Amino acid sequence: MSGKDAYLKVENLTKMFGEFTALKNISLEVFEGEFVCFLGPSGCGKTTLLRAIAGLDIQTRGRVEQGGKDISGLPPSERDFGIVFQSYALFPNLTVNKNVAYGLENRKTPKADIDARVAELLESVGLTDQSDKYPAQLSGGQQQRVALSRALATKPGLLLLDEPLSALDAKVRVHLRHEIKQLQLRLGITTIMVTHDQEEALTMADRIVVMDEGEIEQIGTPEDIYSRPANPFVADFVGTMNFLAGTAGANGGVRLGDIDLATTNGPGGIMEGVEDGDAVTVCIRPEDVATRGVTPDTANAIPAVIKTLEFLGSFYRATLRARDTGKTAIRADFSINLVRDLEITEGQDFTIALPADHIRVYGEAFAHADDLI
Amino acid sequence: MAPAVNHAETMPGQISVGAPVKLKVSGEDWIMRGVLVAIGLYLIVAIVLPLYALLSKSFQNKDGTFIGLANFTEFFSTPALSYSVNNSLTIASISTVIVVSLAFVYAYALTRSCMPFKSLFKGVALIPILMPSLLPAISLIFMFGKQGFLRFLLFGHDIYGPIGIVMGEVIYVFPHVLMIILIAMSMSDGRLYEASESLGASKVRTFFTVTLPGIRYGLVSAGFVAFTLIITDFGVPKVVGGQYNVLATDVYKQVVGRQDFEMGAVVSMVLLIPAVIAFAADRIVQRKQIAILTARAVPYAPQPSSGFDAIMTGFCALIAVIIVGILGVALFASLVKFWPYNLSLTLGNYDFSLRDGGGWDAYANSIEMAAWTAVIGTCVVFIGAYLVEKSKGFHTGRAAMQFLAMMPMAVPGLSLGLAYIFFFNAPDNPLNFLYHTMPILVICTITHFYTVSHLTAVTALKQIDAEFESVSASLKVPFYKTFWRVTVPVCVPAILDISMYFFVNAMTTVSAVVFLYSPDTALASVAVLNMDDAGEQASAAAMGIMIVLTAGGARLLHALLTRGLARRTQAWRKR
Repeated sequence: MSGKDAYLKVENLTKMFGEFTALKNISLEVFEGEFVCFLGPSGCGKTTLLRAIAGLDIQTRGRVEQGGKDISGLPPSERDFGIVFQSYALFPNLTVNKNVAYGLENRKTPKADIDARVAELLESVGLTDQSDKYPAQLSGGQQQRVALSRALATKPGLLLLDEPLSALDAKVRVHLRHEIKQLQLRLGITTIMVTHDQEEALTMADRIVVMDEGEIEQIGTPEDIYSRPANPFVADFVGTMNFLAGTAGANGGVRLGDIDLATTNGPGGIMEGVEDGDAVTVCIRPEDVATRGVTPDTANAIPAVIKTLEFLGSFYRATLRARDTGKTAIRADFSINLVRDLEITEGQDFTIALPADHIRVYGEAFAHADDLI
Repeated sequence: MAPAVNHAETMPGQISVGAPVKLKVSGEDWIMRGVLVAIGLYLIVAIVLPLYALLSKSFQNKDGTFIGLANFTEFFSTPALSYSVNNSLTIASISTVIVVSLAFVYAYALTRSCMPFKSLFKGVALIPILMPSLLPAISLIFMFGKQGFLRFLLFGHDIYGPIGIVMGEVIYVFPHVLMIILIAMSMSDGRLYEASESLGASKVRTFFTVTLPGIRYGLVSAGFVAFTLIITDFGVPKVVGGQYNVLATDVYKQVVGRQDFEMGAVVSMVLLIPAVIAFAADRIVQRKQIAILTARAVPYAPQPSSGFDAIMTGFCALIAVIIVGILGVALFASLVKFWPYNLSLTLGNYDFSLRDGGGWDAYANSIEMAAWTAVIGTCVVFIGAYLVEKSKGFHTGRAAMQFLAMMPMAVPGLSLGLAYIFFFNAPDNPLNFLYHTMPILVICTITHFYTVSHLTAVTALKQIDAEFESVSASLKVPFYKTFWRVTVPVCVPAILDISMYFFVNAMTTVSAVVFLYSPDTALASVAVLNMDDAGEQASAAAMGIMIVLTAGGARLLHALLTRGLARRTQAWRKR
C-alpha cells in the first residue's frame, strides 16, 4: 500500500481531557477504499480517536488530513463523512424512508432522485419492505442497517462506525459483520470501525490498529496482528497466548527452566538488544503447540503432565505443566481425534513440542495471571 | 508502516503539530451561541438586574442615599418587625413537619399498599395545585371562622393566627410534597425488598433498613421544598393570619399599606435568605438522589394485606375528604346568598361587577396572561434548555445559562415582584414603558416559574439520543432543522407538561404579580385577594372557584392532548 498516497492522515494527534491524556501523539494513515479497525480494550482511546477524526470532539493538538485537505480544525458539518453510532441514533419519529432520506432532503436533490436513492439503499440492505415502519418497530439488526443506509445515502468519502455491532445478539452480529464487509467492498468506501471485539476486527478489517492507554501498540493486517504481535500486550489482547518466563540463551535460543528451545524468532527482530541470560517472555499460541507424533527427540520437545482438559466443542484445551520448568503452565489445543485416538485423560504424562517458527520471544518480563498453577 | 512525517519540520507554513488546534466555529454554532446569549440576556434583565435593584434599595434611605446596613439595623431592632422572622420560621417548621409526615403516609399508601381507588386518591390530592393559596384559607374561615360550622373543633381557639396559617399551608403545599415523595418511592428497587424478605427481616426492620434509606433524599428534598413554599407564601397568612405577622405579609404591608419601599426591600432580602439556603440544600440533595438508582432496578409490587390496606384506605380517605371539603365549602359558599344565615342558592356572587378587584375583566386578563405565559414561556424555556444541553463548546456560556436558569427558584415571588417595581419603575430605565402593562406580568410570571420548567425540559432532552446533532452535522443538515423535525416532536409530552405548568401557575399566582398589576391589568387571583380584603368573602370564593375551574380545565385538556398524542405516536414511542 505504501506506493499510494494516504486518503486519511492523522499526525501527532493528542487529546487531553483536563489533566488526563486520552490520546498520545497518534499518527496513522488510511488508504482509499481500505477498511481499518481501531481495536482495544475499553478506555484505550479508540472512540476518542474516531470522534476527533469526525470533528465531534476536536483534538487538543495534531493534524488530520482527508483527501489532501487539512481538516484539523473543521466542525463536523464541514467534513465529509457518514457515521453509525452504537446507539444508531435513528430519528424515532421518522419512518425508515425518512431517516435514510434525511441527509438528501437538505441538498436540493429532486424528490424522484431521493426516492430512487433511498429505494436503492434499502434494497442493498434488504429492507425494502420495511420502509414505512418506524425504527422502534424494527429489530436491532434492522435498525443497524437503516443507520448504515442513512450514513451512506449522501455518498460520503469516509464511513465511520463506532461499535456498530456491539448492541446486537451474537448470531445477528456474525451475520451483519459479513454483510457490512460485503457492502463496504462493493462500494469501495474508505471505512474506519471502532470495536473492542477482536473477532470482528480480524474478520472485517484490511488493517487493524491495536490501541491501549491512548497509544498505538501495533498497526498491521489481521494476519500480522495475530501471528506476529509486536509486543506482549497485542499478543495477549488478540487471541489466546501462552506467556512463559524464560531467559535468553545462545544463538537466539531461549531457556525455559532446564530446557533449551531453538527459535527462528521470525521477522521483527524482537530479540534485538537482549543479552545472553536476560529475562525474556516466550510466547506461543495454544493451537501452535505440537501435540501429535511428538517424541522426546522431537525438536523443542517438552515432557509434561496434563493438569486439566477442558472440552470446548470442536477441540479440547489442555493445561499442561512442564516437568522440568517449575510452575509454568502451558495451554495447548488437542483435537477431538487426538484425544479419542490416544485416550488422553487428565493427570497423564504427555510430551508436547513448541515449534521454533511459532515461538515469539519478547525481551521483557510479562506477568500473566493465567500462567501460574 | 512508514514512520510518521513531522510536518512541523517538513512543511513550513502549515499548522504546527505542536500547537493547540483551534476549532473553527461554524455559522450554526454562532446561531446557537447567539440565541443562547439572547435568552441569557433575557434572564439577566428579568432576574439579575431586578434583584440587584432590590438589593441596592435595601441599603438606601427614602432619598436614595446609601446608608449601609441602617435599614437592617432598624428592622432587627423593631420588635414588631423582627418578631415576624420568628413567626415565619415557627410556622414554616411546624407546617413542614406535618405536611411531610402526612404526605409520606399518603405516598406510602399509594405505592406500597393494595388499597382500592389509587388513581382517584392521587387525583384528589393534586386538587390544591389548581387553587391560589388564598382559596383554602378562605374555606378555612367559612369552616372555622366566627360563623364556621366546624368552629367547635378548635375548642375555643381562634382560626385567625398560627393555627389557621398552619392548616392552610399544609393543604396548600400537600400536593407539591406528595409528588416529590411519590417519585422517590417509585424509584426504589423491588429486588431489595425481596432480598430483605428472603433474609427473614420483619416488616418493621425492612421499613427502617430498605424503605427509609431508599427515599431519604426524597424526604429531605420534600422538606426543603415545603419549607420554602410555606415561608414565601403570602396568600394563606394574608387571609387567615389575623394579627400574627409573618415575613411575607410584612413585605406586602410595608409596600402596599405603608408605601415604605425601603423597609419592604429589607424584609424581602430577609425572606430571600431562608429561601436561598433551602434551595441550595435541595440542589445538593437532589444530586445525590440520582446516584442511587441503577438501570437494573425492578419496580416494587405490593402484596395485598387486608388490615394494612384498610388502614391506608382510611387514612387516604380522611385526607381526601378534607381536600374535597375545602373545595366543596368554597364552592358552596360562593353559591349561597349569605353564609351562614341565608343558604338559598344564587349565582349573585359571580356577578363581580359590583365588587372591587376588577371583576370579569380581571378573569379575562388572567386567562390572557396565562396563555401568553404558557406560549412564550414554553418556547423560551425549551429553546434555552436545548441550547444548554446540546450546543457544542462555549462551556462558559452554557454554564452561565444553567446558573441563570436555576436562580428564579431561589427567589420568593414577593421579592421578585418588589424587585420588578424597583427595576422597571426607575425613571431612567429604558424598559420603563413595560411597567403596569400585560407584558411585564407575563415576563414576571415566566421568570418566577422558569426553573422547574427548565429542569423538566432538561430531563426530557437528556433522555433523547445524544448523537442526533452529530448525525445531523455529518449529513450536513443544520441543527435547527433537526431541532424542528426531530427534537421538538420527540419532546412534545414534556413541552405540553411545561406549558400546562406555566398556565396553571399563571392562573393561581398572587405573590409576584400583586405588586405589578394596574387597574387595566388586574388579575383574577389578585381579585380574590382584594375582594377578601374588602370583606366580600363569597365573591372571593366565587372568583377562586373560577380559577380552579379554569386551571382544572387546562389540566383536563392537557390530559386529553397527552393521551391523544400517545395514541397517535405509539408506533414510534413504544419501548
